[in-house]
Amino acid sequence: MPTAPDMRRTTYREALRAGLHEALKRDPRVFLMGEDVGKYGGTYAVSRGFLEEFGPERIRDTPLSESAFVGAGIGAALGGMRPIVEVMTVNFSLLALDQILNGAATLRHMSGGQFTVPLVIRMATGAGRQLAAQHSHSLEGWYAHIPGIRVLAPATLEDARGMLWSALQEPDPVIIFEHAVLYNLEGELPEDAGAVPLDRAAVRREGKDLSLIAYGGTLPKALQAAERLAAEGVAAEVLDLRSLRPLDEAAILATVGKTHRAVIVDEGWRSGSLAAEISARIMEGAFYSLDAPVQRVCSEEVPIPYARHLEEAAIPQVEDILAAAGKVLGRDA
Amino acid sequence: MNPASVLIADELGAEKVFDLLRLMLRIRRFEEKAAELYGETKIRGFLHLYIGEEAVAAGLIPYLRPEDAIVATYREHGHALVRGIPAGAIMAEMYGKQEGCSRGHGGSMHLYDAARRFYGGNAIVGGGQPIALGLALADKMQGRPNVTVCFFGEGAVAEGEFHESMNLASLWSLPVLFCCENNLYAMGTHILRSHAQTDLCLRVRSYDMEAESVDGMDVLAVAEASERLIRAVREEGRPRFVEFRTYRFRPHSMFDPDLYRDKKEIEGWKRKDPVPALIEEMRSRGWLDDARLATLEAEVAREIAEATAFAEAGTWEPVENLLQDVYAHRP
Ligand SMILES: Cc1ncc(C[n+]2csc(CCOP(=O)(O)OP(=O)(O)O)c2C)c(N)n1
Repeated sequence: MPTAPDMRRTTYREALRAGLHEALKRDPRVFLMGEDVGKYGGTYAVSRGFLEEFGPERIRDTPLSESAFVGAGIGAALGGMRPIVEVMTVNFSLLALDQILNGAATLRHMSGGQFTVPLVIRMATGAGRQLAAQHSHSLEGWYAHIPGIRVLAPATLEDARGMLWSALQEPDPVIIFEHAVLYNLEGELPEDAGAVPLDRAAVRREGKDLSLIAYGGTLPKALQAAERLAAEGVAAEVLDLRSLRPLDEAAILATVGKTHRAVIVDEGWRSGSLAAEISARIMEGAFYSLDAPVQRVCSEEVPIPYARHLEEAAIPQVEDILAAAGKVLGRDA
Repeated sequence: MNPASVLIADELGAEKVFDLLRLMLRIRRFEEKAAELYGETKIRGFLHLYIGEEAVAAGLIPYLRPEDAIVATYREHGHALVRGIPAGAIMAEMYGKQEGCSRGHGGSMHLYDAARRFYGGNAIVGGGQPIALGLALADKMQGRPNVTVCFFGEGAVAEGEFHESMNLASLWSLPVLFCCENNLYAMGTHILRSHAQTDLCLRVRSYDMEAESVDGMDVLAVAEASERLIRAVREEGRPRFVEFRTYRFRPHSMFDPDLYRDKKEIEGWKRKDPVPALIEEMRSRGWLDDARLATLEAEVAREIAEATAFAEAGTWEPVENLLQDVYAHRP
């Protein structure tokens, strides 16, 4: 009988690091570039020590030139490399949006299928650290709007470890969003953890009474809410989207078909959010199996403020999820 | 002190030089307190200290008129203080209290004061430069003889926005003084590792703009250059670029373990610390004695203690206000 692999205690940060390390080891075409990835060790210390191990050709510190180095990543990918570009946070990626949208996402189609851009862009996203309105937004939904790219949101150690390698096997540009509050997430990971499939959502907790649909930074909150509901005798199913583009519509419809009630938890702003898209898909595909209107728990429509109590009030919290769950369960009017 | 600065001191006289010392000390002590409060978790988020670079803000901003505008970065406590934003309002902002100069919405990186034309804290590197152009354009189009001063680090010189802004400012003859605070590092990245041509003035001159470098560790040199350059921008109605060569003694932010530079390098720069250098020069001229320095320190300590007490006593904005001020009229 095969023995279960050894489990190891680790963090989300370490898992990302292990994934990057493996990629750099396995494929000589892979290199990492971005602001302070080398000598500084990575803004979130994900690549600390890599410069010493892999050298400055493959761990490339760039100047403050988001548009230029993201564009250079596109060029390098066109030229046969497998670049991993790190952008410090999603807010700064806006300086490179032209390259991402008008370049990476369109080249294949615009060239009649001649070009392939196997580029991976990693960036931190999200609020929760009192960094105010130029460092805290959750714009995954914006990127998920763009055809031509894939958008991933690893929310577990397993995905932090495994998504990068799978992303590097993709012929198209992939953006990986790492929610800033997840870096210190702790847990166990098998010693031999590796690549994971990309396109499928995952049920992180089974339940029959309602579905909590979450991704990235909201997954731990959804799981906490499910735990609290369990204490009250309500079995919530928690679906982790994992891939925001493409969306695993079948998994969404399956969980709603099973529980007949859905709450979508999304740190983006409600208007035009990914949650809105999911809600529309549920309406289109599972309307008749719903027992209650779909509820959304999103960020308030405000630039994320600095003061802790205001920041907390602006983004989804466990209590908000519980309140929305109460609504779909018909517990209050 | 270099000989040129000795002459500048002669020219400025004892009281003006004392004022420069006071400004630098206020920034230094304010930020030391801020670092301490960060350790006590009273201040959260990012905190970027200016310690080591005080001579630039202290030597430049006093030469501006109240109608002039300032655009700065996330490393702007010193600029805000010198511009006259009360220390209490800055401290309260860093606490996240509604008595703060941005009502607790911005924190350390986003200090604003419309009345003082302080368009403060931009935390997108390079993001302030186009805004400075616009402020200057508005002044120019409305015939106001104002100057806009835009502060940024050498890291920003790599951004496309910097080059676009240099070009446009020169092309349109906009009254902006671009002040590059070159502290050699953009987070952990040394200028030699991020700029192919490290003579920043040379690059700026290609936009047909006058540019010069100044010792940013010497507040007298900063003062002399600033007075002259602000006047030139105002009179000529053309932009200018000045590089202040300086150094930050502290890590980039409180999150930075500072692993990328040699402690010896930091110690070397600390020997050029602008604060003791000025104190020494003043003492040698008989402009400062122990008693006067002690009085100044006590006055600064009192200001900071009051600011901290003000922040402590400040109140949290009611959460019900969360959605206020997203639009002028709430839709
Ligand atoms: C567009 C953008 N990219 C990256 C960052 C992250 N970041 C903040 S400060 C900084 C270094 C900037 O260096 P410099 O312009 O020299 O100013 P200094 O911090 O030294 O004062 C970086 C990389 C940012 N805030 N904005």
